[in-house]
Amino acid sequence: MSQQVKSAFTAKQVNRRQFLATTAKAGCVMGLVGLGLTATAKSQGQLAPQACRPPGALEESDFLSACVRCGLCVEACPYDTLTLARWFDGAATGTPFFTARHIPCEMCEDIPCIKACPSGALDPQLEHISDAKMGIAVLIDEKNCLNFKGLRCDVCYRVCPLIDNAITLERQRNQHSDHHAMFLPTVNSDTCTGCGKCEHACVLDTAAIKVLPTALALGKSAEHDTYLNTEETTLEMLNKGLTL
Amino acid sequence: MSNKSISHKTMNSKAKARTQNEHAAAIAELGWFGAHKYLLLRRTVQLSLLGLFALGPLLGIWLFKGNLSASLLLDTIPFADPLVSLQLLLAGHTPELSLLIGAGLVTAFYALAGGRVFCSWVCPVNLVTDTASWLRRKLKLPRTSELPRNLRYYLLALVLLLPLLTGSLIWEWVNPVPLVYRAVLFGSLSGLWILAAIFLLDLFIAERAWCGHLCPTGALFGLVGKWSPIKIVASKASACDNCMDCFAVCPERQVLKPALKGQSPVISSPDCTQCGRCIDVCAQRVFRYRTRFTGTQTQLSTGGSTNSQSPSSSSPIRQHIAPKAENDQ
Repeated sequence: MSQQVKSAFTAKQVNRRQFLATTAKAGCVMGLVGLGLTATAKSQGQLAPQACRPPGALEESDFLSACVRCGLCVEACPYDTLTLARWFDGAATGTPFFTARHIPCEMCEDIPCIKACPSGALDPQLEHISDAKMGIAVLIDEKNCLNFKGLRCDVCYRVCPLIDNAITLERQRNQHSDHHAMFLPTVNSDTCTGCGKCEHACVLDTAAIKVLPTALALGKSAEHDTYLNTEETTLEMLNKGLTL
Repeated sequence: MSNKSISHKTMNSKAKARTQNEHAAAIAELGWFGAHKYLLLRRTVQLSLLGLFALGPLLGIWLFKGNLSASLLLDTIPFADPLVSLQLLLAGHTPELSLLIGAGLVTAFYALAGGRVFCSWVCPVNLVTDTASWLRRKLKLPRTSELPRNLRYYLLALVLLLPLLTGSLIWEWVNPVPLVYRAVLFGSLSGLWILAAIFLLDLFIAERAWCGHLCPTGALFGLVGKWSPIKIVASKASACDNCMDCFAVCPERQVLKPALKGQSPVISSPDCTQCGRCIDVCAQRVFRYRTRFTGTQTQLSTGGSTNSQSPSSSSPIRQHIAPKAENDQ
């Protein structure tokens, strides 16, 4: 009797045919589920152009393999800049982002969001906030920008934490009046951190200057282009010529 | 032994359970609070943990920061979800040390306390699926065909395979476990449709489908706690009167039978969530939280001796179960 009782609770015997059949079935089901999940994730995970990652964020695909979606960076941010993405938010669900037009990054010197990140999705190697690349500001609408109309709005220039460095005002002759100057806000893409204070402060209903993802904002010269840095190359040649 | 009296007793409690409240026998025997002790305790633990996390964002009292995926206790002790940490490693990212320490601490805790203690005492999805299961019993919905129990291990394998193939934490898009915490702490309510889907799945399509058959987090925690010292033990299996109340409430009812009728009274299956609901609803006080070592001792002194030495003069339970066990096969 104890034998019977015991056999009732031992694992069911499975023969090879059954094993192969169930494994194949489960494999197919899981394959379908996996494809579905991946498709959903990929379609949901496209970062909207206006969603900026926190400072130090790895390149987007690396970021998505690193962020655990814990929200520690969100809670560490003293200015409530960061939010965790919800469904349909234009960023992968649960990952941190900010919209510069709503609340820009205040560029804290101690970068608390990076310190809080347990996974390294926000790169702890970033020591100076002015080296951050959250995106690049682009004066995208010259038609409506007040400075281009000859006015001295300058708001984006004045709020820039790296004033005269990331945004400068370039003087140009005003063709309309012919005896006035125009002061055109110009972004230096090497130093702009993408904090978005300029976009936030733009006085227009819809900002004329916008922070765009670096990949969208920057052009890239062709691989075969040998005149990558003409100025430097020329100097180098001259210097070489001098030392000889 | 008075075989008849026992079968009468069985009939009585069964009849009671059908006509009146569920597990009325336990309520009559232990009182309402006695018969809901672990349920109430569990809900308190579940909700207060969520509350402790919520104190920060809501009131500015920062005891816990983060959520169940990764958190920081009192700004010093890191915790991290082992599943998400594994996915991270498989996606090819080397995380900061604090995440690995956090995952290690959590794994160690559940290896000791019992793996699926997470499921029944911490996981917020448990509230949803328990409600669905309770409603299913209340509405007397017909028992539908159950999904295969090992589906969760396939899903776990898939969840770990996807980051390896895509380099992205695909599962975290739809993982319902951190969802409630994100909804409460960060106001991300738009993901709650996943919880609604799980509720409807559990209620109308397949019984206990999510927690009992699919959830990869539960599968992983089950494996983590497989050898945990703390277990639920049918320490008085001989007192069982087959009222089936524990089978009605148990989220993993297949783990009960071996403990009640098998060689060892310890529920050793990694599937057991150690929710203690079987302790609550048993009027005969069969089950108990024990360490697996004391459990084995109990077995040696009572059940084991009858079983191995004199199988014919067995305890009443054996006489009921033996024919049934044959039928089961």
